[in-house]
Formats: sequence, C-alpha cells, structure tokens
Amino acid sequence: MADETLFQLLHTEVVAAAYGGGRGSGDEGQRNGLTVLEGMGFRVGQGLAERLPRGALVFKEELDTIKFLCRDLWGAVFRKQTDNLRTNHQGTYILQDNNFPFLTQMAWGQQYLEEAPKFLAFTCGLLRGTLSALGIESSVTASVASLPACKFQVVIQKA
Amino acid sequence: MAVCIAVIAKENYPLYIRSIPAEHELKFHYTVHTSLDVVDEKVSAMGKALVDQRELYLGLLYPTEDYKVYGYVTNSKVKFVMVVDSSNTALRDNEIRSMFRKLHNSYTDVMCNPFYNPGDRIHSRAFDNMVTSMMVQGC
Repeated sequence: MADETLFQLLHTEVVAAAYGGGRGSGDEGQRNGLTVLEGMGFRVGQGLAERLPRGALVFKEELDTIKFLCRDLWGAVFRKQTDNLRTNHQGTYILQDNNFPFLTQMAWGQQYLEEAPKFLAFTCGLLRGTLSALGIESSVTASVASLPACKFQVVIQKA
Repeated sequence: MAVCIAVIAKENYPLYIRSIPAEHELKFHYTVHTSLDVVDEKVSAMGKALVDQRELYLGLLYPTEDYKVYGYVTNSKVKFVMVVDSSNTALRDNEIRSMFRKLHNSYTDVMCNPFYNPGDRIHSRAFDNMVTSMMVQGC
C-alpha cells in the first residue's frame, strides 16, 4: 500500500528538482525541465518493459499493445487502470484517466492548470519508453482540461 | 554445459559474447551469427501462426555433429543464443529452459542498472559471474 505514496512523493521531488536551483526560470528552463523528466520516464519505461510478464506480449495488433499498457502498465505503476481508451484506428490513441494519481493531491479544478504539464512529463516518457522497448516508436503528449483528469495522446510513428 | 553464450540486440549486433575454450572463439562467433537467421525464421513463423501465448524459448535451432544451438527471445527482441557441447550427456530441455531463465533475469537486472545505456555492450560483473557459473557447471 505504501508503495504508491512513496512513488508519488518521490515523483513530486523529482519534478521540483528538475526545475529547482534557478534552472526552471524562463521558457528555456521550462522546456529543459520537461525534456529531462520525459527522458527519465523513457529510460524507466525501457527497464520496466523487460520486467513485464514474459511471453504475455504476443500482440497481433498495436491496439492490443495499447490495451495492455492501459491495463497492466498502469496497474503496475499506479495500482489502477486508465478509465478510457479511444482510437482513430490510424495510429492515434487517447488514454484518459479521470483520477490521475500524480494530480490528485492538487486542488481539483482549474487552479493549477499551468503547473500540471510538469507532473505529466515523466509519465509521457514512461509510455514512450515502454512502447519503444516493445518495438513501437511513438510520440506521447499529455493534456489536462481539469485536474485531476488528464489525457495522454499516443501517436505511432509509421516506419 | 554451455560452451558459448551470446546476447544479441534487436538490431542483430552482439551485446555480449563469451565462449570457452578460448581458441575456438572465432568458430563460435560464426556459429552464433549463422544461427541468427534461424532465430528470425522462427520468430516470424510464430508471428503468423495464431497462437495465443508465444513461447520466449525457441528451442533447438540446429544441431551439428559437435554441438547444438539453442535460442531464446525476450519481449524487446533481444536474443540469447547458447551453444552446448553434444558430447556430454544431452542436457534435458528443462535444464536449458532454466538456464535461459537465469540469463533473462540477469539481463533484466543489467537493463535496470541506471549506469547501463540500452544498446551498449554489457560489462556487468554480476552478469559475467552468472555466465561463468553456467559455463562451468551447466545449471
């Protein structure tokens, strides 16, 4: 049980450290911070992909892989599943989480809309890293309309 | 008892390759290289067949008069190739599987090492020790 809290607290500190010490000032500082966080998530995603259930990853379609991400990856990292998955069947997938664990501790609603992207960058990287380790190149972005609900958009790069 | 163990990356270059005794190293390198074709064939064949659960263990790739070659593929398409001596009593299938499982566990540990960049050659001592133990005494 305590694992989730530990991870949330650690993640909060990681975000603060990425932006701390004057590095986070200005637009460039903001962009660097997001890049650093996303890169971290990417490397973690690669390692996580190796630890996932062996042999349970025979997916004939990308959609199955994404569904697996929604269920098992989210379950392993956040102890819950994503609430909604939409696709246009042409390589774009939207994962929606109405109660994203990293955002639940902040005031619900619109108050912290500007700060929210910092807390989503790591998870974007995580998704991208796991997909890349499974052989799918993609780009992942996140958007928040109202805390704590958020959407992750995964766009698969065609070779 | 394994005589050669190799870890091949997704792009088919070696991440780790070690063989004993040292004088036949080139021959084993060549064997591993030729076995990659067989690995690719098996992987693509399995992809087409409608199996629900794909085995990571590929089994015997091909036998020659001196030795046998076994293969294993991980989730991220990293391949393990093991060459075993045919002369001693044939290792049972379970033993080969358990050797590959140990390899996979060690490889996962290497992957999760923050100082290791995916795609580099593997220099981990823990991995080396595990491979040595497999070559010296089998499983």
